[in-house]
Amino acid sequence: MNSPLPALFLRDLAVARRIGGSTTMGVVFFLVMVTIVPFAIGPDPNLLARIGPAILWIAALLASLLCLDRLFQADMEDGSLDLFPLAATPLELVVLVKCAAHWVTTGLPLTLAAPALGLMLQQDETALAAVTATLLAGTPALTLIGAIGAAATVTLRRGGLLMALLALPLMIPVLIFGVSAAGAASGGTVPFAAPFAILCAITLASLALCPFAAAAALRHLGE
Amino acid sequence: MSADPSPDSQPLRLRVTDLCVERGGRPVIDGLGFSLTSGEALVVTGRNGAGKSTLLRAIAGLLPIRRGRIEVVGTREDEPAAHLHYLAHADGLKAPLTALENLAFWGRFLGGGDGRRGLAPAQALERVGLAHLGAAPVAILSAGQKRRIALARLLVAFRPLWLLDEPTSALDRASRERLAEAMRAHLAEGGMIVAATHEPLGLAGANELALGGKP
Repeated sequence: MNSPLPALFLRDLAVARRIGGSTTMGVVFFLVMVTIVPFAIGPDPNLLARIGPAILWIAALLASLLCLDRLFQADMEDGSLDLFPLAATPLELVVLVKCAAHWVTTGLPLTLAAPALGLMLQQDETALAAVTATLLAGTPALTLIGAIGAAATVTLRRGGLLMALLALPLMIPVLIFGVSAAGAASGGTVPFAAPFAILCAITLASLALCPFAAAAALRHLGE
Repeated sequence: MSADPSPDSQPLRLRVTDLCVERGGRPVIDGLGFSLTSGEALVVTGRNGAGKSTLLRAIAGLLPIRRGRIEVVGTREDEPAAHLHYLAHADGLKAPLTALENLAFWGRFLGGGDGRRGLAPAQALERVGLAHLGAAPVAILSAGQKRRIALARLLVAFRPLWLLDEPTSALDRASRERLAEAMRAHLAEGGMIVAATHEPLGLAGANELALGGKP
């Protein structure tokens, strides 16, 4: 209760709840992306069922990118970022806690919205469960990898696009294994467990590595 | 009124030796040295661009130093960051949260280091004369009121060294007097203050450091 990290987590949640912007924006963008796909490729149920997991994953990835550029920028603008290194906790843990709060307010709502949107793409129960499980396992990695890009571009006024360019190549493995695990559940050639295990491994590796990279980027802001 | 002084506290010292800090490849501070003991204040003056903010940021650990040492002597760890409050131009307040929520956060985020407790957020707000605005979101407050809440942040967690960058900006006369009072109380408790300013702060007996010889 009295330690810095829970206080930071609760503050970020409170700010996100008061503003409401990033959660709503991410989910609405997700909805828009998934809605326009059937219009673009035509109402063919078999085709939609086959490409549905990929559409959901691409939409979730773009929606997370959309929200990520504000991860550290708001703190830089109001001066909080200068005060984070003064706490008795390492900056890496501060970054990790900020990512956790960010995921709870953006990645988790996307995951929860996925089953409802999957219905619009002709997904059966197995596929819905698989997509939701892969998003639950994979979106934390998207947030953590995006944190590196967000930290590196925090001083740029319109750094959103640059952040996407920096982070997107690193997110591609997450996309590949997320989609292949989700597709495998609804009758693919590979078993579900193999790509899903790799997806989990990527998330765990990001959890271990990304806070260090993002904190290093934040430390070198002054130079 | 004041935080309990810890019984085993020995006099703290901030010691800066042969400091050299560069901004953009150009030395802004070169060969600077001073020392500050518990209960002393240092007022840093100088024209715009003389390196006042650079000095404070370097002490806070936010800028890499090219050469020299900055240490807080008399504590278990020499790393200055854990012993200081830094008041920059930005106030460090979240606009959607209320004044009390902001202060409660900083109290918990920065507190608990030196074994002395800071004031409760409501008490700190009272000290800066804003007790009636505790439940107001910071977004609707004026620049001077935000500045006063940022000053109240110095009181919610006890840290011996205060680094104040233009602390009087946006403050009215009454608030400046409150600030001077808070600074004197902090010095009386054995704190140290390094303040960069263009205006008199009302600190009698403060040392002065003029930066930037060349025009």
